Amino acid sequence: MGIRFILMVNKQGQTRLAQYYEWLTLEERRALEGEIVRKCLARNEQQCSFVEHRNYKIVYRRYASLFFLVGVDNDENELAILEFIHLLVETMDRHFGNVCELDIMFHLEKAHFMLEEMVMNGSIVETSKANILSPIQLMDKAS
Amino acid sequence: MSGPSLMDSLFQRTLEDLIKGLRQQLIGEQAFISKALEEIRKEIKSTDLSTKSTALLKLCYLSNLHFHDMSFAAFHALEVLSSPRFSHKKIAYHAISLSFHDSTPVLLLITNHLRKDLTSTNEFEVSLSLQCLSRIANVDLARDLTPEVFTLLSSNKLYVRKRAVAVVLRVFEKYPDSVRVCFKRLVENLENYDPQILSAVVGVFSELACKDPRSYLPLAPEFYKILVDSKSNWISIKVLKIFAKLAPLEPRLANRVVEPICDLMRKTGAKSLLFECVRTVVTSFSEYESAVRLAVGKIREFMVDEDPNLKYLGLHALSIVASKHLWVVSENKEVVIKSLSDPDPNIKIESLRLVMAMVSEHNVAEISKVLVNYALKSDPLFCNEILGSILSTCSRNVYEIIVDFDWYVSLLGEMSRIPHCQMGEEIENQLVDIGLRVKDVRLELVRVARDLLIDPALLGNSFLHRVLSAAAWVSGEYVEFSRNPLELMEALLQPRTSLLPPSIMAIYIQSAFKVLVFCLHTCFVRGGSTAGVSASASYESFDDLSVENGAGSTVAHGQTCTSAPITNESIVNLLKLVELALSPLLGSHDVEVQERARNLLGFVDLIKLEALNSSGQEENDSEQKGVEATKIIRLVHDAFSKELGPVSLSAQGKVPVPDGLTLNENLGDLETICSDIELPSSNTFSFGYPFEEKDVSSFSNLQIKEDSGQSNESTSLLAEHRKRHGLYYLPSGKSEVISNDYPPANDPALQGDNNDTASDLVKLTAESLVPKRKPNHSKPRPVVVKLDEADEKPVAVKHPESRDDSLSGAVRDILFGSEDILPTSSRSNLPSSNRKGKEKQHMITQVESKENVVGDGNSSSRRRKDHSHGKERRHRKKNAEERNETDRKEKESSSNHPRRQKSRQRAEEPLKVPPQTSVIPDFLL
Repeated sequence: MGIRFILMVNKQGQTRLAQYYEWLTLEERRALEGEIVRKCLARNEQQCSFVEHRNYKIVYRRYASLFFLVGVDNDENELAILEFIHLLVETMDRHFGNVCELDIMFHLEKAHFMLEEMVMNGSIVETSKANILSPIQLMDKAS
Repeated sequence: MSGPSLMDSLFQRTLEDLIKGLRQQLIGEQAFISKALEEIRKEIKSTDLSTKSTALLKLCYLSNLHFHDMSFAAFHALEVLSSPRFSHKKIAYHAISLSFHDSTPVLLLITNHLRKDLTSTNEFEVSLSLQCLSRIANVDLARDLTPEVFTLLSSNKLYVRKRAVAVVLRVFEKYPDSVRVCFKRLVENLENYDPQILSAVVGVFSELACKDPRSYLPLAPEFYKILVDSKSNWISIKVLKIFAKLAPLEPRLANRVVEPICDLMRKTGAKSLLFECVRTVVTSFSEYESAVRLAVGKIREFMVDEDPNLKYLGLHALSIVASKHLWVVSENKEVVIKSLSDPDPNIKIESLRLVMAMVSEHNVAEISKVLVNYALKSDPLFCNEILGSILSTCSRNVYEIIVDFDWYVSLLGEMSRIPHCQMGEEIENQLVDIGLRVKDVRLELVRVARDLLIDPALLGNSFLHRVLSAAAWVSGEYVEFSRNPLELMEALLQPRTSLLPPSIMAIYIQSAFKVLVFCLHTCFVRGGSTAGVSASASYESFDDLSVENGAGSTVAHGQTCTSAPITNESIVNLLKLVELALSPLLGSHDVEVQERARNLLGFVDLIKLEALNSSGQEENDSEQKGVEATKIIRLVHDAFSKELGPVSLSAQGKVPVPDGLTLNENLGDLETICSDIELPSSNTFSFGYPFEEKDVSSFSNLQIKEDSGQSNESTSLLAEHRKRHGLYYLPSGKSEVISNDYPPANDPALQGDNNDTASDLVKLTAESLVPKRKPNHSKPRPVVVKLDEADEKPVAVKHPESRDDSLSGAVRDILFGSEDILPTSSRSNLPSSNRKGKEKQHMITQVESKENVVGDGNSSSRRRKDHSHGKERRHRKKNAEERNETDRKEKESSSNHPRRQKSRQRAEEPLKVPPQTSVIPDFLL
């Protein structure tokens, strides 16, 4: 299924957004996030952005105080996922204007909707910022 | 609306209030959250939908970030979903896609809501419901909503159509029969030039092709077109993934595609696409030499890049190549070796895997040497990673790649001395295992074991205890190879052994027992000492027992024990040492230790008299006793010198049941046997002898008798100990003494070999790694005892089972078309056309037998027909629906239970699956 989950975690290891594309119970989620955070946050800038975990890979990237972690199947293209993360950040940047951790915290559902525009069923469906954002803005107007 | 709910909504905290409160709370996060949850539980029961939806939104937040269960709100979410207001609906869909799953009880209540929204004129409502469906669809939802999704697949709103395409994947997965309805429309979307649609549909196909590539071969021309025309890297990557799966199935396709891929590789500036090209080539086009060369060039660029990401991926790609083209790895070995000291542990592990892939019997020594040096310098984690991979590589398939076992054994010793080494257990197993399997290496093994035992510093390292236990066992079992048993004895009984855990302590004592017996035996029974006469006298008395043994061991002992002559005096000292070291252990809390210490001390008591006598005076009256003691020594020594070989797991089954043995007989008989034996053994040993060579059953019965049968007891203890080592042993049929088997001529050869390796080390410190070196072994590879099945656990290359599920069956039906083309007979068989074979074997033969019936032309013309069909959508849709209808009817008529029906269909599927190989005529490309 390509992408299995997308996490945003801050430097303290607190989850700021969690989107799973397969059903996990709360306990499984808690355990998984704990393990991943422990594994990835300990790494430094000189180390690569890919971590093997259980039977899949985590591709992560850090923007300021926020880590973007994407769990993918083993044959997913790691570099493409890095580009995807960057696209996600740019999209949010455009929407919120210089996005920061607080924006995501206070607009969690909006961040979720953005992700839903980009990823469906674990595969990336949309990669154009304009295409991602226009429905979001229209929906905002509609409600 | 009643008062309280109005009040509620007026004073309700919004999500923003909640988040702010959470950040500023003073009562502790958990307390704050549980208070908030209480509020939410109250608010969510409100009849006001705004209040309800706000509560739901807050709940989503707490569930998503603070792991709070929101399943109690499932029904409330449905209530919010029915709100006419879009903003409520949005929240409801958000909550549902976050919290619903297959076992949510109210899941089926959502069907009508979804159907309503899927047919809504508001494209955002449609999009939300599609999104939701892609998250929560189960079999029933997928089945019930297939018609709606089918309609949306050709929606003229791109936004909706794109999402419908993405949903199809989940619908197919859950309800394979939907393939017959939707597949053609999905394929039509492949020909769409809008990048939005294309990226969605290619994504779907790349997932589908992952599961069952063969079914999608007929679509190769469309994919090819996309590959050549695509402007978007995302799409290209997905298409490459599809081709990576398809190409191995169809050589003509591979021929066709390899060139465009290489073009792409040369031209593209995007690293992600470049890497995908490289990976595609090395996984699926590995027989195209020039393509592989090109890819390897790119891999090298990746590996030497500063960016750790590229370096990692380069190494990763290299390890994919390694399985087929080992030369590539050797060509790049400098980079690989350098990466071993990279700051990133992931890169290090990746390069370690590569290094291990290069290992062969020619270079294993060199590579291991280099790696052990790295292990010395690296952090504990990676150090053990290295040691673990050396150990597992070297022991693969019963030490397949090891030629020089002397070297390997000393490497094991060296590895266990590395400060961070935590692989004690594995080293222990291998030391014992090698000792048992490879006779020629025992001399070296004992030397290594001695070096380990004699070092008091090692006893303090708890990770090493397992290694030491193996060393103790080895030096006890093969003590006749020891240069200096007395020194060994001191090592085994040194005061610091108190640091060992009891189980290993027990092994130490048992080994000390063996060493002691060996010393005594050498000194009194055969040595030229005062006991010589009595020894030879006693020889005669049980000549019949072990003439060969005695003779054999004499020769060997003469060879090995020259360095440390064992005199009476040293024996006396030895006995004193044993008493001194073990008496405190008589009070040990561990039964094993206590029991074994008692054994050994009991034995010493028996022997002491003679030892003292023979050293002091040589009177005649002591002769009688001397004979007695010698007999005891003789007896115990014989018990120890029986060689135990490895036994295959199934060996027990192969032993024929002897005549006259009835296993079901009353066990009470055993008692009489026992009492028979007990009596004589407590008196005199000459009587006790019979069980030495007689039936095993009497052996085991005597185990508990401490005084009587020292030999028996120790044998059983020994057996116990060996069991603990994870191997199963039975005494080999003929009792041969180990020393028999060691050709004395080997000794000088061994020395030479040692020198050789020494010079090797010097060379290796200068140069790094030289794979493909000529072996420098001066002697042939020794025999490694292997057992038939038990040992044959070769590292099997697992072929991923070609997953044939009902989904792919359905896809094949559509693509290879069985309904329209095949004559009427097949039409009547329609329901069976999606029947599926569980037994692949069956399926394959079926497919092959069908090959002749349906030819090339058929399927290709079928494909063209599809396309022409595609033009008139209405007509087609009708067609499809009709077909669906008939399907359903037939189902209903044949069985009331749809599930059962499905499984039955699956079972018969193979009958209809047409051939695949002949499907792609070249002209389509």
